[in-house]
Amino acid sequence: MTYNLSYLRNLESESIHILREVAAEFQHPVMLYSVGKDSSVLVRLALKAFYPGKPPFPLMHVDTGYKFPEMYTFRDAFCKSIDIRLIIERNEPWIAKGCHPLKDGVDSCCSRLKTGALLDAIRKHNFNAAIGGARREEEKSRAKERVFSIRDAHGQWDPKNQRPELWSLYNTCLSEGESVRVFPLSNWTELDIWQYIKLESIPVVPIYFAKERKVIRRNGILIPIYAGATLDDQVSEDETELISCRFRSLGCIPCTGAVESKATTIDDIIEEVAAARKSERENRIIDLTGDASMEQKKKEGYF
Amino acid sequence: MESTKSLLRIVTTGSVDDGKSTLMGRLLYETRSIFEDQFESIRKTSQRRGQSEVDLSLLLDGLAAEREQAITIDVAYRYFETSERKFILADCPGHVQYTRNMVTGASNADCAIVLIDARNGMVTQSRRHAFILSLLQIRHIIVVINKMDLMDYSQSVFDHIKDDYLDFSEKLEIPDLTFIPVSALNGDNVTRLSSEMPWYSGPTLLQHLESIRVQSEHNRVDFRFPVQCVIRPNLDFRGFAGRIASGTIRPGEEIAVLPSGRTSIVKTIETYDGPLQEAFAPQSILITLEDEIDVSRGCMIVRRKNLPHVGHRLEATICWMDDIPLQPGKPYLLKHTTNTVKAFVSEIVYRFDVDTLHRKPASTLELNDIGKVEIQTTLPIFFDPYKLNPSTGSFILIDQLTNKTIGAGLIRGETTTLEDVTSNENSSQRKSPNILPAKLNIPMETRETRNGHRAAVLWFTGLSGSGKSTLGRALETALYERGCQTMLLDGDQLRQGLCGDLGFSIADRSENIRRAGEVAKLFYTSGHITICTFISPIAKDRDFVRSLFPSDGFHEFYVNCPLDVCIQRDPNQLYQNALIGNIKDFTGIASVYEPPAKPEMDLRTDVDKMDIQIENLLNYLESHFIIKS
Repeated sequence: MTYNLSYLRNLESESIHILREVAAEFQHPVMLYSVGKDSSVLVRLALKAFYPGKPPFPLMHVDTGYKFPEMYTFRDAFCKSIDIRLIIERNEPWIAKGCHPLKDGVDSCCSRLKTGALLDAIRKHNFNAAIGGARREEEKSRAKERVFSIRDAHGQWDPKNQRPELWSLYNTCLSEGESVRVFPLSNWTELDIWQYIKLESIPVVPIYFAKERKVIRRNGILIPIYAGATLDDQVSEDETELISCRFRSLGCIPCTGAVESKATTIDDIIEEVAAARKSERENRIIDLTGDASMEQKKKEGYF
Repeated sequence: MESTKSLLRIVTTGSVDDGKSTLMGRLLYETRSIFEDQFESIRKTSQRRGQSEVDLSLLLDGLAAEREQAITIDVAYRYFETSERKFILADCPGHVQYTRNMVTGASNADCAIVLIDARNGMVTQSRRHAFILSLLQIRHIIVVINKMDLMDYSQSVFDHIKDDYLDFSEKLEIPDLTFIPVSALNGDNVTRLSSEMPWYSGPTLLQHLESIRVQSEHNRVDFRFPVQCVIRPNLDFRGFAGRIASGTIRPGEEIAVLPSGRTSIVKTIETYDGPLQEAFAPQSILITLEDEIDVSRGCMIVRRKNLPHVGHRLEATICWMDDIPLQPGKPYLLKHTTNTVKAFVSEIVYRFDVDTLHRKPASTLELNDIGKVEIQTTLPIFFDPYKLNPSTGSFILIDQLTNKTIGAGLIRGETTTLEDVTSNENSSQRKSPNILPAKLNIPMETRETRNGHRAAVLWFTGLSGSGKSTLGRALETALYERGCQTMLLDGDQLRQGLCGDLGFSIADRSENIRRAGEVAKLFYTSGHITICTFISPIAKDRDFVRSLFPSDGFHEFYVNCPLDVCIQRDPNQLYQNALIGNIKDFTGIASVYEPPAKPEMDLRTDVDKMDIQIENLLNYLESHFIIKS
């Protein structure tokens, strides 16, 4: 017997260790479920960590109402199949007011429907540990994020005052009012995620795969024609193109562009990601609003 | 097919302006790990700043504050892969005040890249980094001598720095040391061999990173399994979840659970993907046992015949990470494996001058100081020296008020004193540093003169029901009637108060006896004849108590009575309950009693009557000049 763990099994073991630490050290943990591929992997890791039992925490989806219809369908079927409680939270007052990124601006829409809703939900349910699927590789300010990342009573992150994190000894002590965000996928890359999805046959939302879609081009970003993608829903026919494309990361319809792609299988996606010359979040409008825009959102409490 | 690519965790260190970010940027750029949109964004920034070339270091300095100050202030993690391997790179700041970040980054690394600026050669920071890396047992160190382009790619410059480094590192433990001359700016010897340095025949940095062998270095011998949580989906299943810290395990192997010391057999190793026939570090698994024994978070499952150290007193190297200096005697939280206990630093042995490696006396450790200390924990922990097993030899210290992580510790071993190494007795047991405090306000002799007798500790050990308490009480009454200063310490009495927090595991029993011994010592010092009646089943624990006193101060009496007689007597129906399983760990039934090898007296309570026993005891005390005849 050779005692070698492949790097994927190494990452898997590290993530399972982290999830078990959360369950053992916190009274009220929750796993944030965003319906995307990282969430799918995270849920699989949680099933593994507590097998043959169930994960001792619920899933929570912070819904903006602007997710793709395929995401809602997938979410409901997926959560039913794994038999874990799913909490859905929405910032109803702002959704009712018709808050929209093209009308209110990307930053303020995000701050109300995502960050605000998330902080309200954490407070409402009294969660003190929220597990998320963020990866350090995704974005430059995330590169310095801890696995156990402390948030103050207002859910804010202080990047200059982070606890040192040594070996796999996680300091889980919290002061009154503080909570912690935990990132078991910290050391995973986009490619790792897809390779793991393949290795483990993990289901993902179908819009990750390429298909001919009707799109319009805005600032070089492909915006598929979905209800809610634009404000007036009046797009003239000569603006639209039929392009084989897929979604590389999933967010809200108005803020998530597609990328040109012919990848219709997981193997195609792995090949495409391995050769990619553009980062995963290239099509996410949320990141493009300033040089340090993600860091700013994270400080305020965004995942 | 599952990829068999291995994982290499690298830490990078260097002084400010050694060009570390540029080197890393180059490595990422040339392994195509940087995306066009990221590159485009830094190209624009470089242009805006009027730089002629794209500043690759901008890729790494992620936080806005860093971009403003143009320094790296926190550990940043980067990821890249080649066809051979996947790499996780912890990029550490080189500023002097950020030693703590370097320790953090290095704590999970297999290998280190140390950057040296060819123009400056070895500087204070290089020495500091080398020292920290060797302390953390980073076995592979790659010294990258950068900016060779600014020194005309000169071989003599390279050789000179290499010699300096080798000289310094002789004092350190670095098994694998490699030197590579590069120009990160131009890409020489980073991922492609340089044509400018024909005198260099070694590999490029990337080639070397791909070839380092690390898997074989893990500790495969000592099975250590810190239990993270108990998985209990239904009443019929109890599994213990954790990540193997070191070693391997198979179903059918005999194990022991610490701290209780209970033994069992591994029944199955479970995972979501099916049962395993063998598991090894660092796999996360679930273990089920043949027997229903008490196991919870913080316990450690080990092989019965391969045990870690169990103890309260540790010797450790500490790196201090907080603005508030270390305060000896102040209680902190110590997190070790899955165990969190209270602890305090009892002594700072010395502080390292990390620039000269000299040891200096110190009364505290300040931010970024590294020193050797002695630590005491309130409950025993199960550990190995860091050198043999980093995962069971490391701990962090947490401030109870601020909850900050304030120190990182590497365990060197149990605290040893001169007495430990010179005396054969009790060498494995923890030791009191000195027999009696040097200066008592009122000397013992003065008290003894006034009392008219000498102080002594009379320790009665034996099974429950053997007659210890009865004897002890009768003896105390007899001594009191003679006008002696007496005190009777009884097991039950201590367990109701001072030792109320303890159970009956081996470790707790051991702690119970330690406390009893310390209390007896206080009465002893105040001149009392102190009678102690404790089952005290473990010889090592009694020997520890003996070690607290001068040789004529401690007297051990074996209250010897056969088990069946004790069971018959059973004054409190304890045996009755233990025999039907209502009391676990009851001495004589499910838990062992080790009779004293050489007691001062062997008292057969099933043979001799009480008054004869008392007479014999008083004779013994007279003949040993404790009381006058």
